[in-house]
Parts: sequence; C-alpha cells; structure tokens
Amino acid sequence: MNQLLMTVAKRLGLGLFTLLIISMVIFLAVEMLPGDIATEILGQMATPEAVAAIRQELGLDQPIVSRYFDWLSGLLTGDLGQSLATGQPVLELLDDRLINTLYLAGTAALISVPLALGLGVIAALYRNTLVDRAVSMFTLSAISMPEFFIAYVLILFISVQLGWIPSMSKVDADQSLLERLQLTILPAITLTFVTCAHMMRMTRAAIINLLSSPYIEMAYLKGLGPWRIIVHHTLPNAWAPIVNVIVMNLAYLITGVVVVEVVFVYPGLGQLMVDSVAKRDLPVVQAASMIFAATYILLNLIADVVSIVSNPRLLHPK
Amino acid sequence: MMMTKTHSSEKVPLWRKVLSGLAEAPPTGLLGLVVLFTYLFVIVFAPWLAPFGEATIVADAFAPWSAEHLLGTDSLGRDIYSRLIYAARNTVGITLMATLLAFVIGGALGMVAAVVGGWVDQVLSRLVDMLMAIPLLIFALLLLMIFGSSVTALILILGCLEATRVFRLTRAVAMNVAVMDYVEAARLRGEKMLWIIRREILPNILSPLFAEFGLRFCFIFLLVSSLSFLGLGLQPPTADWGAMVRENAMLITFGRVTPLLPAAAIAILTIAVNLVVDWFTHKASGLSK
Repeated sequence: MNQLLMTVAKRLGLGLFTLLIISMVIFLAVEMLPGDIATEILGQMATPEAVAAIRQELGLDQPIVSRYFDWLSGLLTGDLGQSLATGQPVLELLDDRLINTLYLAGTAALISVPLALGLGVIAALYRNTLVDRAVSMFTLSAISMPEFFIAYVLILFISVQLGWIPSMSKVDADQSLLERLQLTILPAITLTFVTCAHMMRMTRAAIINLLSSPYIEMAYLKGLGPWRIIVHHTLPNAWAPIVNVIVMNLAYLITGVVVVEVVFVYPGLGQLMVDSVAKRDLPVVQAASMIFAATYILLNLIADVVSIVSNPRLLHPK
Repeated sequence: MMMTKTHSSEKVPLWRKVLSGLAEAPPTGLLGLVVLFTYLFVIVFAPWLAPFGEATIVADAFAPWSAEHLLGTDSLGRDIYSRLIYAARNTVGITLMATLLAFVIGGALGMVAAVVGGWVDQVLSRLVDMLMAIPLLIFALLLLMIFGSSVTALILILGCLEATRVFRLTRAVAMNVAVMDYVEAARLRGEKMLWIIRREILPNILSPLFAEFGLRFCFIFLLVSSLSFLGLGLQPPTADWGAMVRENAMLITFGRVTPLLPAAAIAILTIAVNLVVDWFTHKASGLSK
C-alpha cells in the first residue's frame, strides 16, 4: 500500500511541477510579443508620457521575475487582471463561460462514454464480422472529419430542414435546465462524434487483446457464453487501458470545445479564447490558456493515477 | 511507396514490385490511393482546372449554382468552384511543409536522443514532456497571437509543436534499434554518431516513420483547417478549405450545402490518407488479411 501511495504522490508532485513550468511558458510566450503592449493599447500616436503612465499602471516597468510572481499569485487568488479590450476584470469574463463550457463538455462526456463502451464491446464480441467492419469504418470517418463539418451537417439537417433545435446555442443562466439542455445537445453530439470513435477503438482493442489469454480460453472451455466472458471476465481486466483512453479523450474535449463553440455561437471559454486571440487581449488569453492547460494536465494526471491504482501488481506488493 | 531495399529484391524491377503490391492491395487501400492521386492531380494542375482566379471577383455575392459558376459565388462574389481547387494547393502545401519540418526536427532529435542517450536524452525527453502537457490547439492559438498568422509562422509553429509527437515515436523505435549488436559493432569500430544514425538507425525505422508521416499529416491538416476556420490560419484572400467554410457558413441557414463542400474535401482527403496508412502498416507488420 505504501509503495502505491508513494507512486501516486510522486505523480501528483510531477503534475504540480508541470503546471508551474506551463505557467512560466505561457507568461514568457506573451512576453515575447513583438512591440510594446502599452503602445498597442494606445495606438502609434500616443505621447511618451501616456505610454509611460500605462506601463506603470500595468506594472510593465517592473522586472520580469517580479511580474511573473505577481501574475502567478494573482492567478492563485483569483485576481486575473483586466481585459485590455473591455477593461472588465478577467475573472468576471471567465466566470459564466467556464461553467457553460464545463456543462457542454460534461453533457458530451455523458453521451459519448457509455456509447463508446457499448460499441466497443459489441465490436469486440462480433469481431471480424460485418458489424465490426461497419463500426470501424464509421469510427474511421468520424476521426477524419473536422469538427465543423459534423457541426454544420447537424445544423443543416436538424436545425434548418427539420427546424427542431435552433442552430445558435445562446445559453444563459436564466434558462431552465431543460431549455439549456436542448440548446446544448447539438454541440454535445458533435463532440460525441469526435471523441467516441477513439474511445471505442481502444475499448475494442483492449478486449480483443485479452481474449487470447489462457484464462479466457478456460472460460470458453467451461462453456460460458461469449457475452458473459466479455462482460464478466475480460472487461474487469481491460479497465486500466480503457479508463486511460476515456480520460485522455475528456482531455481532448477541452480543445474540441474551441471549434464547436465557435460554430454554435455557444458562450463558452473556447469562443472567448478565439475572440481574445483575434483582439490580442493578452490577460484574457493568458488566463484562458492557463485554465485549459490546467484542466488538461489534471485529466492526464487522473488517467495516470487510475492506471496506477488499477494495477493489481502495485496494490499487492511482495 | 517507400520500401527498404534488400539485396535479394534488387533484381526485381521497381514497376513490377509496385504492380504486384497493387494487385495484393485491399479495396479500401486502393480506394485511398485513387483519391490521393486525384487530389494530387488537382493540386498540380489547379490553374488549368479552375475557370476563374483565386481572388478574382467575377459576379454578385452569393450567386446560386449555375452553368457558369458551378458552385455559385461567395460573399464577395468570387467563384467558389475555382477557390475550392486553389485551396487544395494552399492547405495541402502548408500541411506538407509543416509535416516535413516536424519530421526533420523531431526525427533528428529523436534519433540523437536514442543513440547518444544519457543526459542528452533526459533533457530532450523532459522538455518534450513539458511541451506536450499544453493542449496543442491552445498552444498554437497562443503562439499565433504572438507571431501573427503569416504562412511562415503557421508552418514554423505547427512544425515545431508536432515535432514533439514525432520525437516521441522516433526515439521509441530508434531505441529498439540502438541496442542491436550491429549498432554496438559500429560504435566499437569508431564510427561517428551521424554515420550510425544515417547507415544503421534510419534505414531500420523507415517503415514506422512512414506510417507516422501519414498520421501526422492528417493531424496537422485538420489543425490547419481548424485554425483557418477560426480565422487564425491562412489569411484572406488566400483560398483555404477551413476559411471557406467560415466565409460561407451563413448559407447553411438557407438550406444550401455549398459550405459543406470544402469541409467534405478535408474529410475525404483525411480518410484517404488513413486508408493508405492502414494498408501500409498491415503490409509492414507482415500480417495476412
């Protein structure tokens, strides 16, 4: 047990260290921006006095190391500075949008994970048959399509031709849960297409990989049915790789939301990030990148910890 | 087709080998190959195939499909069919350059890490771990904001970011070769590192690298398209499939399928490359059908 805790603790430490390095990378990347931020805000015609004043206001006259620590401590205490474009506090901008994005990613995960597991088990059960080939052809096409293609096909058929759901997903806090769900469903289905395929392929591969083990052959020889063998005997041992790929795909959702949010005009973090990049709104981009990176690292960390914990060799050290 | 030459097969002429390879190909692989060559044809002969120029305004905005403008015109009155053809050049060209760059950087460093080992390997591997901890699209957006969306910046940013993935794979497969006796023998007789990489390592890892090239190409291709779709990739008036979807997206609400065509062009090329890569890896792994 001790060894297990040590491994997990080590992994957690490494995750935190990575996060620290990432924060440096994001901070320094923006520092490399050609030109002066103050001049950028005021325009080329600004007087030197005005530039100096705004530099002081933004703290740009401080040395880079102390500015990094200011920024980092602000990040930890929730003070993310102000948007250069609107002057609003960044935290205010992010607040609702973060919740919207999590809601969308959560809905997508709730649909895609069970679907992927089900399809994966079915493909493994009927491996090398027509069903398997159809499922694998379908997943190959789903991985190969850009998100916006799937999104616009859905809009064309479901929103425009059938008129069931509006094509713009303008959710806000005042809507009821059901209204919100209705507006979230199209973006969520788009994300499902993209992530489901990969998870399903890995589930199928993990199960088929185990099917040649002697203990599965034993189960066959005992006369158990294929369905029972896969669900009760193979699946429990395939959990580690499957959970791993599920969490990795949830991490993929993090970037998937960017394009999907733009297509559906969904007021989430991804759309904010794209807008802010176009406007070169540094504090917002820094904060949004940091949130995306932190979530991504956290999910990868969970994947690692799960595969460590579900490894029986570590649970029962000699 | 890229194959490692062996002495026994050198007497068979190349066209024979290609022909027999094609005869054994699965239908999906052949289909992928045919599609790839069609795209190649369009890319090479774009100026002869396109009836109008890439950025020429030829009619009113949003003209419907007609004999003169096969797929109608876009928001500025440019011929969509012509832009679709030119976009093949631009998007695929950028993707190819970025993929090549990723392989030159990632492949070279990966082999060096595997052959030299020790602290060089440690430093490079940890650096790559760190870079890979940031989601690729987010990192690309951040860098594009800093360096602007020029063609050079796009190729450099995507090439460098994807190099981390290439590094991982190259290092892993090169490691397996680097422990072989013949590499040890080359080391003992005093061959230089570059000679070992060129003569012993590279020829033996070509086939996994080739498969990876196809997959990386798809990945970068989708990424370039997504960035262009977001308005942060190729800048107008350059025709690009991703950007064309964005420019004409409002037509969807009138029930017209025109904006879906460039998106479909992206999807079909990616599927075709995947099919060819599948065929190739199957062949290389020596598995029967």
